[in-house]
Amino acid sequence: MHEPLLSLEGISKGFPGVQALSDVHLELRAGEVHAVVGENGAGKSTLMKLLAGIHQKDADVIRIDGREVDIDSPRAAQELGISIIHQEFSLMPDLTIAENIYIGREPRTGLGLLVDDRKLNRLAADLFARLGIELDPRTRVADLLVAQQQVVEIAKALSFDARILIMDEPTAALTESETANLFRLIRDLRGEGTGVIYISHRLGELKEISDRITVLRDGEYVDTLPTAEAELPHVISLMVGRHLAAGSRTRQGPQTDRPVVLEVRGLGDKGLLDDVSFDLCEGEILGFAGLVGAGRTETARILCGADRADRGQILLRGRPVKIRTPADAARLRIGYLSEDRKRFGLMLDQDVGFNILASSLADHANALGFIHDGPARRSAQTYAEQLRIRTPSLRSEVRTLSGGNQQKVILARWLARDCDVLIFDEPTRGIDVGAKEEIYELLDRLAGEGKSIIMISSELPEVLRMADRIVVMCEGKVTGVLDGAAADQRTVMEYATRSGAHGGIAR
Amino acid sequence: MKQVDTAEPDSGDVLRAGPRGVLGPSWNLVRRQLQQVLAFASLIVLVAFFAIANPNFLTWSNLSGILLSTAVIGILALGTTFVIITSGIELSLGTGMTLAAVMTGVMLTGWGLPLMVGVIGGVLTGAVIGLINGLSIAVLKIPPFIATLAMMLIAQGLALVISGTAPIYFTDVPGFTDIALASVIPGVRLPSAVLILFALTAIAALILAKSVLGRYSFAIGSNEEAASLSGIAVRKWKIAVYTLSGCFMGIAGVVLAARLNSAQPALGIGYELQAIAAVVIGGTSLQGGKGSIIGTLIGALIVGTVTNGLRIMSIPQEWQSVVIGLVILAAVYIDILRRGR
Repeated sequence: MHEPLLSLEGISKGFPGVQALSDVHLELRAGEVHAVVGENGAGKSTLMKLLAGIHQKDADVIRIDGREVDIDSPRAAQELGISIIHQEFSLMPDLTIAENIYIGREPRTGLGLLVDDRKLNRLAADLFARLGIELDPRTRVADLLVAQQQVVEIAKALSFDARILIMDEPTAALTESETANLFRLIRDLRGEGTGVIYISHRLGELKEISDRITVLRDGEYVDTLPTAEAELPHVISLMVGRHLAAGSRTRQGPQTDRPVVLEVRGLGDKGLLDDVSFDLCEGEILGFAGLVGAGRTETARILCGADRADRGQILLRGRPVKIRTPADAARLRIGYLSEDRKRFGLMLDQDVGFNILASSLADHANALGFIHDGPARRSAQTYAEQLRIRTPSLRSEVRTLSGGNQQKVILARWLARDCDVLIFDEPTRGIDVGAKEEIYELLDRLAGEGKSIIMISSELPEVLRMADRIVVMCEGKVTGVLDGAAADQRTVMEYATRSGAHGGIAR
Repeated sequence: MKQVDTAEPDSGDVLRAGPRGVLGPSWNLVRRQLQQVLAFASLIVLVAFFAIANPNFLTWSNLSGILLSTAVIGILALGTTFVIITSGIELSLGTGMTLAAVMTGVMLTGWGLPLMVGVIGGVLTGAVIGLINGLSIAVLKIPPFIATLAMMLIAQGLALVISGTAPIYFTDVPGFTDIALASVIPGVRLPSAVLILFALTAIAALILAKSVLGRYSFAIGSNEEAASLSGIAVRKWKIAVYTLSGCFMGIAGVVLAARLNSAQPALGIGYELQAIAAVVIGGTSLQGGKGSIIGTLIGALIVGTVTNGLRIMSIPQEWQSVVIGLVILAAVYIDILRRGR
């Protein structure tokens, strides 16, 4: 057998508080499309960033053609023939295609002070001819379709004479026919001996394009399978094969006698959501499962007024409501706890008390808008104590708190506002194990007090443990509503990858 | 991803006195106030320096002169502190103030309206300018820099058009100059403009610290998206903040007109930058989310002291702005050092 084009051994990478990768290995042959799959946070992106020279390894050996190499900068990666195509495009919309491809290494003229446009466009045209791309290099990138931008990204990556091409979710923004074109290009590259590492959540398309599949889970290597022999359910079980978090199920499952608090009917949002319908009962924890991009966060953002739906209806306690802004949602006593607490939740410069009171401040103000400090402070203190927020004082800056306590600060904010519909988006992301347990108990307790809870989570064991019922989404649709007491990981994943299916009204 | 040990500031429950419970907040308080303490210390150092350099500096008439010349910039700076805390900016302060002064002039000398009406009219002019700024920023989503830059030009033009490019004199309006120059406290020669500055400082400090508007200004400046998702009506409050700043602009216009006993339509440009300089020197962050009114007052006094002190040392005016520029660089750099953690 030949020396592999690229081989990774014992790759480890830690960030403060998190071991993102430990002892991962991977082998890429020339002319191979090698898929890397795993759940959110399995370490795929970190691995790719190591290869692209964006992150530096902690401990590992990377070999190219059997020779050990050191990738300490994006430049070094380029020189080694590694090119990465990121999920988000890095093209500059106001420059032309050719300018984008050769940015930073434009051919020069006039004592090296001017860009030689003619030569630049010729270089790009030659490149396109070689790749069989039919685009005018002088077109501005802003005038291109998304798929064409994708092609430009690929052409740019290949213009470095890349032998190793890394693609991160390349089809995320593409239509079916555009995907087909992309696959044709990938097959051509494969024929020329380029090695492609292909990251995707869309398991279906891996069958079509990849030669082998490597599964990562929790930053660790699980297995590598030849695609021809891999059955999707098996791949799924390798991806999720995680043990249930300590602590057993405390929830009862569906309760049909509870009054319905929130009814969502036919929610649609241009290409992101399609006919999403479900009910949320009083005192219920409704889990939302699905892969990244399934539309769970989009649904939540519509319910909390951060985004608006094109279509559909929302009924709160039987009455149709319009939620146009987050202020509307707060008035209707719907609280949202984002997965990205630092960006969408906290005011990091401000203290704990300030953050708790952010939504309910007006309740403590007189007609002129001046705040009664005493009652406001007592309110903040009450909720801080009730949720057992560990902080030196209410005056401490919220940034100094741990993830779990920051989460509790935002929860306290909504409880202070008297919210009874609470939407948790990844409630335990970035929170350590002990604190997770505390969040679970808290969710249980809140539901017991009659709060209605939507819990979006990509950690299946968490959903299976906490949810009375589970709404599973895939590609913007609800594909199933499962009894939380009876569901298992495999069933949920099957629904989560069921593209094209349709669920009807979930109850 | 796997979690390894996460450092948690775990020191018992809320408010329970642990070692952190004692040290944490007080240290926080010191760090939070450091910029004001530093600004105040530099003000003292400046005064001491000028007092030694020129014995005339520390006379009562000179000191009250400094306060009088600080009043207008100080009032402008108070209002714009709110704007800057929301991480906005306000460039129409100077010419907007001039437009307010001209409007007061037209009402009092042109239309012969009563003194009080003219004063309120001037303040309202400022408020309307602020309201329009707020609407273009919050509703039309025009970046604050551009919106207020445009307003700066509009106000300048309108001031010249309405006044017919000539100064409006208030010599026929009895009692008008008293707004800025009367000695209100018996036996103390302190012009009323200075008292207005101090009173407005107290009001602004109260609004910033104790009102919903003040808290929401911090919330918006810290994290606008999070503030909005918390149910704060960000648009409405931004409009309110710019309108408040406009009110201060209007008051500054009236005070300036009273001090000069005239509305000078060509005056105004440059005041906005001095006011912003005062705010920044006082420790308010241009990135938003941090700031204080007392800091702004000290900042305005520093600007006034440097200007006056250099003048009294017979240093040419050209050099005064060089020094103010250096003071701004130093103040902001100290702030960066303080945050560098």
